[in-house]
Amino acid sequence: MSDRSVPPAIAHAPRKWRADAPGYALLSPTLVVMVLGLAAPLAMLVLYSLWRQNGIALQTQVTLGQYASVLSRAPFRALFLRSIAISSAVTLATVAFAYPMAYFVAFEARAKFLWLVLLTIPFWTSYLLRVFAWKLILGWNGVINSGLMSLGLIKAPFGFLLYNPFSVIVTLAHAWAPFAILPIYVSLEKIDRSLLDAAADLGDGPLRRFLRVTLPLSLPGIIGAAVLIFVPTTGDYVTPALVGGPRGTMLANVIDVEFERIGNWPFGAALAVVSMMAVGLVTLSAVTAARAAVARIR
Amino acid sequence: MSASAKLASMKPPGLFVYAILYLAFLYVPVLFLPLFSFNDSAFVSFPLAGFTLRWYRAMLADGALGEALANSLKVGAVAAISATLLGLAAARALTRYRLKGTSTVLGFVSLPLFIPDIVLGISLLILVNALSTPLSLSSVIFGHIVLCVPFALAVLLSRLEGFDPSLEEASRDLGETAWMTFLRVTLPLALPGIVASLLLAFIVSFDEFLIAYFLAGTDATLPIYIWGELRFPAKLPIVLALGAAILVVTCLLVLVAEWLRNLGRARTTPLAVGA
Amino acid sequence: MNAFLEIRDVSKRFGAVTALSDVRLAIARAEFFSLLGPSGCGKTTLLRTIAGFEQPDEGTIFIDGADVTAMPPERRPTNMVFQSYAIFPHLNVFDNIAYGLRRLRLERAELERRVSEALAMVRLDGYGGRRSDTLSGGQRQRVALARALVRRPKVLLLDEPLGALDRRLREAMQRELRELQRNLGITFVLVTHDQEEALSMSDRIAVMSEGRVLQVDSPRALYERPASRIVAEFIGTMNLLEATVTEGAGSDAVCNVPGLGAIVVKDCALAAGERATLAIRPERLVISDGGRTSGTIVSSTYLGGRTHLLIALEGNGQPVAATIDSASGAGASPGARIKLDWEPDAFIALPD
Repeated sequence: MSDRSVPPAIAHAPRKWRADAPGYALLSPTLVVMVLGLAAPLAMLVLYSLWRQNGIALQTQVTLGQYASVLSRAPFRALFLRSIAISSAVTLATVAFAYPMAYFVAFEARAKFLWLVLLTIPFWTSYLLRVFAWKLILGWNGVINSGLMSLGLIKAPFGFLLYNPFSVIVTLAHAWAPFAILPIYVSLEKIDRSLLDAAADLGDGPLRRFLRVTLPLSLPGIIGAAVLIFVPTTGDYVTPALVGGPRGTMLANVIDVEFERIGNWPFGAALAVVSMMAVGLVTLSAVTAARAAVARIR
Repeated sequence: MSASAKLASMKPPGLFVYAILYLAFLYVPVLFLPLFSFNDSAFVSFPLAGFTLRWYRAMLADGALGEALANSLKVGAVAAISATLLGLAAARALTRYRLKGTSTVLGFVSLPLFIPDIVLGISLLILVNALSTPLSLSSVIFGHIVLCVPFALAVLLSRLEGFDPSLEEASRDLGETAWMTFLRVTLPLALPGIVASLLLAFIVSFDEFLIAYFLAGTDATLPIYIWGELRFPAKLPIVLALGAAILVVTCLLVLVAEWLRNLGRARTTPLAVGA
Repeated sequence: MNAFLEIRDVSKRFGAVTALSDVRLAIARAEFFSLLGPSGCGKTTLLRTIAGFEQPDEGTIFIDGADVTAMPPERRPTNMVFQSYAIFPHLNVFDNIAYGLRRLRLERAELERRVSEALAMVRLDGYGGRRSDTLSGGQRQRVALARALVRRPKVLLLDEPLGALDRRLREAMQRELRELQRNLGITFVLVTHDQEEALSMSDRIAVMSEGRVLQVDSPRALYERPASRIVAEFIGTMNLLEATVTEGAGSDAVCNVPGLGAIVVKDCALAAGERATLAIRPERLVISDGGRTSGTIVSSTYLGGRTHLLIALEGNGQPVAATIDSASGAGASPGARIKLDWEPDAFIALPD
């Protein structure tokens, strides 16, 4: 907000700022908790990734052996690729299907708040149970199969519906739908309607108006939604564990195994660090590429 | 009809059909939960074997489930209150005072939103282990506080940012001390944000599985309990009944919250002197 | 000095920027005093310093004989009407106005009486039960006023209170404020950047620029005898002309302005040979057939009651502005040759 009472020249010291000391005091409890709960654990994670687990003993000499292990073994490279591929597919599907829905609410619906509430109600159930619901639907004896069979449309149940990357993608796309709808909706809602009027006035039909005005202006929302979905889904545990089967395993499941079953924490840590960096890299390059593409459109 | 409404309506009418179909896609899987919770069979089959309420009765009688529920409520309440207090203090500091490195602090505190749960979970596990602290509900609470603070901060920041600083100055000008100003002006106006933060943090904690899974000791939270039960088909319908019950309770809570919010708006008590 | 509100040598800095520099003001009891200046001149900082929201780096502030410099805002005998009105959104009108009375622990009946009195003062009788978010801008402003006045402050401070109102409302409120101040007999200190507002309401005005007070005078004195170029240009429009002094003995000076000829400037202490800037208000240049100088009308702008003329002078590259009654200016069209005249004391000399 602009501070009307203070000359623009000293706007860097607006009147609402009092002496700074109480501010730091107010901030410190939160900072302490977050340093203890975030910075310290992450630092230790990196530390662990540089150590070695020798049987039960933890050897604390710094070594890059874990990273070498992770990066050199083909199954892990495949795991990274699969996780990123699955998340990319989820992101694309979710955003693509959510866009027309968000468009509808932003431009055509009249009781917008009602639609938004309706769109989020399904997600007030437990995430675990929602994933499980998909298991019920896609399974051998599940809703789709027993339904189709009882209708006589198929003789034997479809086996390809569950326990593979496909089921993971479908389940995650369902679970993350609201995270796509809301950011896209917000950015569509913000578009000044008079811009569309102006475009029409200048001769553009509905499709061209959409392509030349609406779509580019909603791009920040699309990119935001994509990042919001992509990053967390790469690290999802529950969905691949319940509906992924051996072919749909993702990063989190393997990391969990290293920690909870095998007990090789340094290796698990290295795996986690590499995944974070890989995902970060992919996200960064994708966003940069998207921004560059947007700039070129303009 | 305005010109822009006319333009908008030139869009294909199929969009409404799409919207309905999309909504169906969102709801149908979720509706199977209550659907099969009434199924008179331990196995999922379509069409239903029969209608029964026995799973609900079994759910209410299940002691372990009751315990897990109590644990989740405990953890959720403590985490929500703590995260909200921390978020409130931080939001106040960031909006009222000119501090160095505000954006860095903001970025740092918001990290849990951008780090996959698994990474946060194992990192906290490493920390707890290094400090030789036993795993228990307390460690879960701590992990949840760390997870919830960014949510609380986001809600409270947006609430406090729109706050006219003249209001507090006006209170001082009219004779109230800084502390009374906080009680009479700041707190009442921040209350909707505080309540929203409490609700959001509670919901995040209540439904959170992975971090709780890594940090819990012998006491289970509800998601951990559900996870355990998902492997036993016999107890499955009880879990479905639970899911349906949670959905109904959540809907009721949200309705109550909306009602309270509108109630607060309509307050016109002229006799509230000294309030 | 026995002023009611005294500001002695107050300076205030924000980091590297000086907001107030050696400000000295003596405001009388029951005076309507305005602080006038452009954005950034320090007028609001000064107001807030009087209220107690800013602490001066140097100097002191006295109110009714007491040194209030170190007092926090809640203890000062001042009350402020904020620019944004700062109406508490969670309280209705009654509670807003009664807010500052809580500490007095008045009897219920007495409280209600005082609030009704305040509401009547601002002509909002019966509005006590209204919710704050149903009020219009003008109503909120009155509630803010009532809320401040109900505490019977010794000084009422107003921070650009009329800026957000539309023109009609603003002018009506200006009259009301003036009347209110006269009836109550409270010292008002008003901050504004609108010189018309300051001129119409104030007993005296302090014109400020860049943290300093340039001139303190009554509206008429400021308008007719601005002490410097900055003040002259800030208040109303002014013709500024370069001149050379031809005679400088005694209390008056005679100057020569190319195109206008010899001009007598009263009460001017310049010596012959010096250069001076002469100033005259557009409305004091009269078009008359018996005028002393000739000029050609360059442009004529019809503004309703008045017409604004731009006139080119012979021998002077700079045109002068003149304002005439539209009714009497029938022959004043561009290209017309006219004769200009002025009264003996119309011109003043300005220091640079």
